[in-house]
Amino acid sequence: MSAQPPSSATVGAAADAARGGFGDSVARRLMSAQEHAGTDWSNPLRDAQDRRLPRIAGPCGLVIFGVTGDLSRKKLMPAIYDLANRGLLPPGFALVGFARRDWENQDFAQVVYDAVKEHARTPFRDEVWKQLAEGFRFVPGEFGDQAAFEKLRETIDELDRLRGTNGNHAFYLSVPPKFFPGVVRQLKESGLAEGGENTWRRVIIEKPFGHDLASAKELNKVVNDVFAPRSVFRIDHYLGKETVQNILALRFANEMYEPIWNRNYVDHVQITMAEDIGIGGRAGYYDGIGAARDVIQNHLLQLMALTAMEEPTSFDADAIFTEKVKVLSAVQLPEDLGAHTVRGQYAKGWQGGEKVIGFLDEDGIAKDSITDTYAAIKLEIDTRRWAGVPFYLRTGKRLGRRVTEIAVVFQRAPHLPFTATMTEELGQNALVIRVQPDEGVTVRFGSKVPGTSMEVRDVSMDFQYGEAFTESSPEAYERLILDVLLGDPPLFPRLEEVELGWQILDPIEEYWASHGKPAQYEAGTWGPAEADEMLDRDGRCWRRP
Amino acid sequence: MIIDLTDTSASKIGATLVQARRRAGSPTTGAVLTLIVSTEERHHYDAMKAASQAAREHPARIIVAVARPEVARTRLDAEVRVGDDTGPGEVIVLRLYGELSAHADAVVMPLLLPDVPVVTWWPDEGPETPKDDPLGRFAQRRITDAAEYHKPMDKLRVRAAGYSPGDTDLSWTRLTPWRSMLAAALDQFPRKITGAAVSGEEGNPSARVLAIWLRQRLGVPVSRTADEGPGITGVELMTPDGPIALTRPDGELATLSVPGQPDRPVALKRRETAELIAEELRRLDPDDVYAKLLKDIDVPFTEPLKVGGPTVQKTREAAAPGEPSPAAAVAKGKRGASVDGTGKGAS
Repeated sequence: MSAQPPSSATVGAAADAARGGFGDSVARRLMSAQEHAGTDWSNPLRDAQDRRLPRIAGPCGLVIFGVTGDLSRKKLMPAIYDLANRGLLPPGFALVGFARRDWENQDFAQVVYDAVKEHARTPFRDEVWKQLAEGFRFVPGEFGDQAAFEKLRETIDELDRLRGTNGNHAFYLSVPPKFFPGVVRQLKESGLAEGGENTWRRVIIEKPFGHDLASAKELNKVVNDVFAPRSVFRIDHYLGKETVQNILALRFANEMYEPIWNRNYVDHVQITMAEDIGIGGRAGYYDGIGAARDVIQNHLLQLMALTAMEEPTSFDADAIFTEKVKVLSAVQLPEDLGAHTVRGQYAKGWQGGEKVIGFLDEDGIAKDSITDTYAAIKLEIDTRRWAGVPFYLRTGKRLGRRVTEIAVVFQRAPHLPFTATMTEELGQNALVIRVQPDEGVTVRFGSKVPGTSMEVRDVSMDFQYGEAFTESSPEAYERLILDVLLGDPPLFPRLEEVELGWQILDPIEEYWASHGKPAQYEAGTWGPAEADEMLDRDGRCWRRP
Repeated sequence: MIIDLTDTSASKIGATLVQARRRAGSPTTGAVLTLIVSTEERHHYDAMKAASQAAREHPARIIVAVARPEVARTRLDAEVRVGDDTGPGEVIVLRLYGELSAHADAVVMPLLLPDVPVVTWWPDEGPETPKDDPLGRFAQRRITDAAEYHKPMDKLRVRAAGYSPGDTDLSWTRLTPWRSMLAAALDQFPRKITGAAVSGEEGNPSARVLAIWLRQRLGVPVSRTADEGPGITGVELMTPDGPIALTRPDGELATLSVPGQPDRPVALKRRETAELIAEELRRLDPDDVYAKLLKDIDVPFTEPLKVGGPTVQKTREAAAPGEPSPAAAVAKGKRGASVDGTGKGAS
């Protein structure tokens, strides 16, 4: 049932070789030809039929900037251990931490050890730890400190010599975006951005990719000055989730969904990402950014693209990218932004039995802040498949519960043989893909109520991905880090996708900046009344997820 | 929840399952396959545990069939486990006494989940021709373990003769980490291979199967060394630049040596049965690579099995000083040295 990773038999050290405008399979053939130029060598131990052999990354190392952060400790370090435990990291893999701490290598190893013990998904095994820990290094320093980067370069050279990382290194920028330019420039000036022949250097960046189109372009320019586009990996961790990859399996590996996956049968689509937490200690980051920029621009638009796109010719990066861009380019904003977009701020209330304060009372938030903690927008996709089908995207903090889902709501069935009373309790059929938590798929359909003559009522049929799969299914970061090390790009949004996202969101943000104020909603509810009115205008209503 | 049923029937077991699920409030099941475990009483608990663990990755209805032909009176007892800590799926343990022990298929048939694939696993010695076993007949995939037999290679040979698509053996499954590491090493160090050497515990079927696989894929002579294990202790692939060596003397941490590069540690632990079963359940179509391998199982190796290990090594050196090598094939001197080196690595 799980979506299998796209096959990639020969992604080697030179995996970043020119891909140009070719289809990926052509590019790959070209690439392996270049890799072994002048010979017709192919690995005799590899066999297309032999599908037990997993993809193992080649010799390489990972450098994490901002290694003391939450993300690094809770997600990255455990993911690296889990990868090693599954035998997917190369022998001699090296992990270098870079941060403003007065640490020795062993202090760093202890931090990783604690993080792994606490957060890793797979059981702790001594021999795996031993293999990993020998490759740990720590470089103390500021992001603008030339000497520290010089030290980093020495460390990397030493790892190439002692651990055999062969000059292949990925730089994970787990730092606030304001540091990006400095770090990237230092990487270039210290000669770290280029490894030499037959090696690769890659850079991994996390959202936010700017706060509007102009700043995104600026950021891309900074990064692209130093790294080639194919060496830049933008993490959208949603795309690493099994359920999100399963959207493609569900849609394109089955025959029963695709025929009805269009305007003839679909009434509308609701994509929701709800959080039950507030902004916590992130006021500095969040104020001025808001829910729409933080979530809709990247996660929700990506989910929408995967839900709405046409069938790609393959699961190669180029093929999927082409289809996603087609959908994002066809997005139409509503003409009356006031009527079809809503933003809100959580007010104080009781969240799941706990008394919580409102957004404007949070530490570090100005009393007159107009930052949105809730955003709902209506989009249309002007393609033959989707014209006239609204896509409602909403996200918010301090909502009823934590949930992310895609609900495809079908048109109401014509009930010729049924009288109105028979179908009074019947809603619209819906197919819901639950992304998190409790991953799975629910189908809602009408069924006869037992015992009555003929009354029909909604029932749900549930496929729980998580009934058992999740226990063993990899974390999003595991998949994404491995893909970076393999140089396999299908799950990473490209520059164009990021810019298209801002093109869609910018007019809405501009409208909001000049019109009115965010509506208040009580914490622990499903958003402001204005959001319900927004759907009511279209004769629809929000699902309670 | 464990429900014991004595002197029962398949239909009663089926009804009990439905009831138990109702009571738990989840009348549907998300199982993707039925896993039949055909085993003996003394192994059934471990096998059940391993199967339940594998079911965490592949939700399954697990049917453990324990034959008790030594009991005279014909009777069926069952143990139904739902929603307890054994795992997410359902487990049914069947005890078939007397004459019924030869007709396990009749009891299992009505308990198979509709439509989803069936996998049968024999944790013990298992049948010679899995396809002809009553419990193997309706399975898409049949998992045996030659290492459970005292002459594993004999067992593999018989099974090779009676192979049918869908058969697989854990002595092959155990090799996946070795094979993937070797393939990855060769990806990174692409050279022509002129010879190979495998060393491993005496009588270990996986070592032999690995040697056959290497010979088949590389088309070069493969020399073998029997030592004290545990399991496989080392593999060398000869290249014009020197050997690529993967050695694992202790069964846990291995070392990968590539010419001109620093040695790298590799965690290559021998895996638990549950992990092996989970790997087998990942794909349910016939394993063509394994089938191809079995065709070569009887082709003799050009070089005789060498004996490694500290004690045996010493006696051999004392007995035959300056023993001439019969196989003066490719890269003789180098390979001779490499095999000795591997033997030393094992100590």
